[in-house]
Amino acid sequence: MELTATALPALGQAMELTFQANVMIHLVLGVVMGLCIGIFPGLGGIAGLSLLLPFMFGMEPMSGLALMIGLVAVVPTSDTFASVLMGIPGSSASQATVLDGFPLAKRGEAARALSAAFASSLFGGLFGAFLLTFFILIARPIVLEFRTPELLMITAFGLSMVGILAGRIAIKGIVAAGLGLLAGTVGEGDSAGALRMASYDLPYLTDGFKLVIVGLGIFAIPEIVALLRQDRAISDRQVLGGGWLAGARDWLANIWLSVRCSAIGVIVGVIPGLGGSVVDWIAYGHAVMTTRDTPSFGSGNIRGVIGPESSNNAKEGGGLVPTLLFGIPGSGSMAIFIGAVALLGSGQIEVGPSMIKNNLDVTDAIVWMLALANVVGTLICIAASGGIARITTIPFRLLAPFLFMIIAFAAFQSGQSIMDLVALFGFGMIGIMLRRFDWSRPAFLIGFVLSNPAETYTNQAVQIAAFRFRKSFEDGIDYLVSPIVIVLIIMTAVSVILGLRQARNMRSEGDVPSGAKRAPVLFLLVVLAYLLVAFVNASLIPDHSAADRVFPRFLAAVSIVGALLLLVQMIRSPEGHPVFADRERVDRAEGMRGLWPTLSWFAGLLFLTTLTGFIIALTVFLLTYFRLRANQNWAGTLLLAGAGILFICTLAGILNREFPPGLLQEQVHLPWPLR
Amino acid sequence: MGLSKRLLASAIAATMALLTPNLTSAHMLDLSGKTVEWIIPFSETGGSAKWANFYAPLLSEALPGEPTVVVKFMPGAGSTKGANWFQEQDYADSNGTLIFGSSGSTQFPYLLGDPRVQYEYRDWNVVLASGTGGVAYLPTELADMMNGVDASPLQGTDFIYGSQGATRLDLVPLLAWEMLGLNVEPVFGIKGRGDGRLMFERGEANIDYQTSSSYLGGVVPLVEAGTATPMMSWGALDADGNIVRDPTFPDMPTFKELCEATDSCETSGEQWEAWKAFFIAGFPAQKMVFLPKGASEDAIATYTAAFETVKARSDFAEISASRLGKYPQITGSGAAAALDSATNVPDEARAFVVNWLQERYGVSLN
Repeated sequence: MELTATALPALGQAMELTFQANVMIHLVLGVVMGLCIGIFPGLGGIAGLSLLLPFMFGMEPMSGLALMIGLVAVVPTSDTFASVLMGIPGSSASQATVLDGFPLAKRGEAARALSAAFASSLFGGLFGAFLLTFFILIARPIVLEFRTPELLMITAFGLSMVGILAGRIAIKGIVAAGLGLLAGTVGEGDSAGALRMASYDLPYLTDGFKLVIVGLGIFAIPEIVALLRQDRAISDRQVLGGGWLAGARDWLANIWLSVRCSAIGVIVGVIPGLGGSVVDWIAYGHAVMTTRDTPSFGSGNIRGVIGPESSNNAKEGGGLVPTLLFGIPGSGSMAIFIGAVALLGSGQIEVGPSMIKNNLDVTDAIVWMLALANVVGTLICIAASGGIARITTIPFRLLAPFLFMIIAFAAFQSGQSIMDLVALFGFGMIGIMLRRFDWSRPAFLIGFVLSNPAETYTNQAVQIAAFRFRKSFEDGIDYLVSPIVIVLIIMTAVSVILGLRQARNMRSEGDVPSGAKRAPVLFLLVVLAYLLVAFVNASLIPDHSAADRVFPRFLAAVSIVGALLLLVQMIRSPEGHPVFADRERVDRAEGMRGLWPTLSWFAGLLFLTTLTGFIIALTVFLLTYFRLRANQNWAGTLLLAGAGILFICTLAGILNREFPPGLLQEQVHLPWPLR
Repeated sequence: MGLSKRLLASAIAATMALLTPNLTSAHMLDLSGKTVEWIIPFSETGGSAKWANFYAPLLSEALPGEPTVVVKFMPGAGSTKGANWFQEQDYADSNGTLIFGSSGSTQFPYLLGDPRVQYEYRDWNVVLASGTGGVAYLPTELADMMNGVDASPLQGTDFIYGSQGATRLDLVPLLAWEMLGLNVEPVFGIKGRGDGRLMFERGEANIDYQTSSSYLGGVVPLVEAGTATPMMSWGALDADGNIVRDPTFPDMPTFKELCEATDSCETSGEQWEAWKAFFIAGFPAQKMVFLPKGASEDAIATYTAAFETVKARSDFAEISASRLGKYPQITGSGAAAALDSATNVPDEARAFVVNWLQERYGVSLN
């Protein structure tokens, strides 16, 4: 065959290209940088590659590629640290890891969770690279089979994961997903530019909310605030010895789960247009559905770590397919990658349709580098995991202010507007309430992630299908009902049915006690009020922009029905029914600090930032916090605060980022980092 | 001052900088040890990012003192956010360490009177204008239906086009196809022209356009494989402002040629004038580099000389051809003229397009 005739020699040439001293050095350098960047929540491949861009021009192509591939490949490896140790999604690819990884860390099994995650990441990365070697030659026609109806069905399949993660009361999960989907529609519509729940007077809203902010707000802030209220270390036990061996054994025992989830990662990564943010959820859902012991999910089942972590590294391999073959970036970091490749050397490598034909050896070399980077990155992480896991034994009151600092900084990077901080706080409040009343936070986030693809693909599929039907009925049916669509419909249906059955046993938020009626009902009424406003707001969109009206109005209507059903259930149920889940009851009983005083520390930091800018506000915040809240003496206070300021300034300096400015900065021109 | 004179001047300035560093400060900024921030009002993923990333390292070498040049992305509201921000900046705050890169998507809302626009091009100081072109293409079986350059046989076909929005640069192809009498239905909501090409490749869209560099990279392989055939280029402007064949695609007919050959299309009248005005605003000077309002003559001269040095590199033609296409990279008074033509459309053209957007796509710009 012609393919093998060209493919095999290219594979050999690729090895020669990869295994050169200077290429390897650059690869390791990239891996180390990628690991460092991945550790910080909210910073991912985009930040890392942007950092490399200025050095790419005229660089020797293979070295430059090694640097970039090394960096991109390991971000989903090291982002596990934040997810497992802090309960903060290290990046959008590690959201699902939080669900079981963090409870494991709380039980003192952080090292086990980490090493199982790294073993899975390694396997996923290698598996992705292995598949890619062959797949890249035949992928083109397969990728082209995924037209808009197929993309829409994959989106629907992703949404079906809400069924599994809905929690004890399925309707709550569905309404939570509806809220997430609605949050994703805020801003200018993609089809006709109509505004949904936004106004040109608040330009920030017209662009919609960014995933970084929603993810940090929904997951990170509630956890940090809850831990801070308890005032102890993340894990109240000593770190279990020998954890990393146990984790590796866990992975080996679940190797087939890892294989399947890696395959899921590659497949979802290959399809352009969906992005990686949903891969981990699909893998997590798969892990739940294929496990008998569902109740332990959400409270520290190791399979809940292995699944998502296998998939998110495999996704990077898959994501290279549309990037290399079509020149279409599957993610933000791939978009920068494409731009950077053009800068290398004298620009003779061009990502896109001509890549396979003209640079097959380079393409294969990229695959080799991807595999190698995964190995190197994992080894470094496993070596470090035992030590880093000890972070869970540090009293949390000493960690929390630094986490607030990093989160606020990362959130600001997404839109470089002070409104980013307001939005972060707003979503933090929503997250706290969802957590308190046991509404599924994962469902909310899945809804948000898939909102835009769901709306866009629905609109486009409907429009193109109508166009085809006008030609002929057969043409339209052919377009809509392809074999892939049928398979996906079956998969979605199975997933919903199995998921809802499993969901009843599953506590994705752990055990939440039930309490009195008043607070849960009040929260439901607030939700209902928002849904009604959103419905009216969407209904007011005029006819010529109807394409932007249908989706939010439909969502709001479905969610309103769900909320009303829930209200009826609440009226008819006695106190103590699971529908009145309210975490605050036990929290207060256990003598925890109040929610509002704890939250007001963070609110204070954000508010002060709007006045004096970030660095001054942070200085005041750290000093008062460590002195008053953490009861440090002045030496300790100055030391900790100084370390924090130095750290964030160094980070921003290296990445060349700005800090949020306040009113003061509008009046006076200050030097960096104060400006 | 002519180009060669300018080059001579900058060469002299550079020599003087080597010999007597103190004397040069009167004419050229010294940016040694400084960091120049180049604001791009789009995300890291678009064409403007590619363009700025191409120029940034070259500019760094060419500016006196070799400052670090970093590209900063400030996306939002289709670039109006970043442009509004730049409008607030005074030269005195940055002293030559802040520049801004605008694109056609910054120009169009300005021209159409979008209520969110608070920026004013006339306040800024242009130092570079980069042109580009565009090519429309069809599936080969549809292109074969054309009667030479007469598009009339295509008028019975229904077309689907993946579009980013009618008020964006897509306005130019959409209006052109309508003038040719083609029934093109735009499918909105795609995120970039690359997605539009993918839609075409999947057979969901059956007409598309790409800017020149994307056409060279993404569509030429399809043309070679026989699945796509170019329909027309938008053309380029000659020195007298006439539309002529695009130098990057000398064998491809322009829209003007197709329009002349197609009975239902007129190369005169308000529709044609409107198309031409928006084509000129969107393509021949698509991307521009500005210094903020109040910039000193020294700063303008420094940056102008720097971009001229870049253009004068012996390898510039080679490295820019694949990244930017063979288009004029205009500096000095030429750039000012390009800015003028790109940001001034006749009132009738504006009124026509605003009305057309309202009637055809229901887009209200108030």
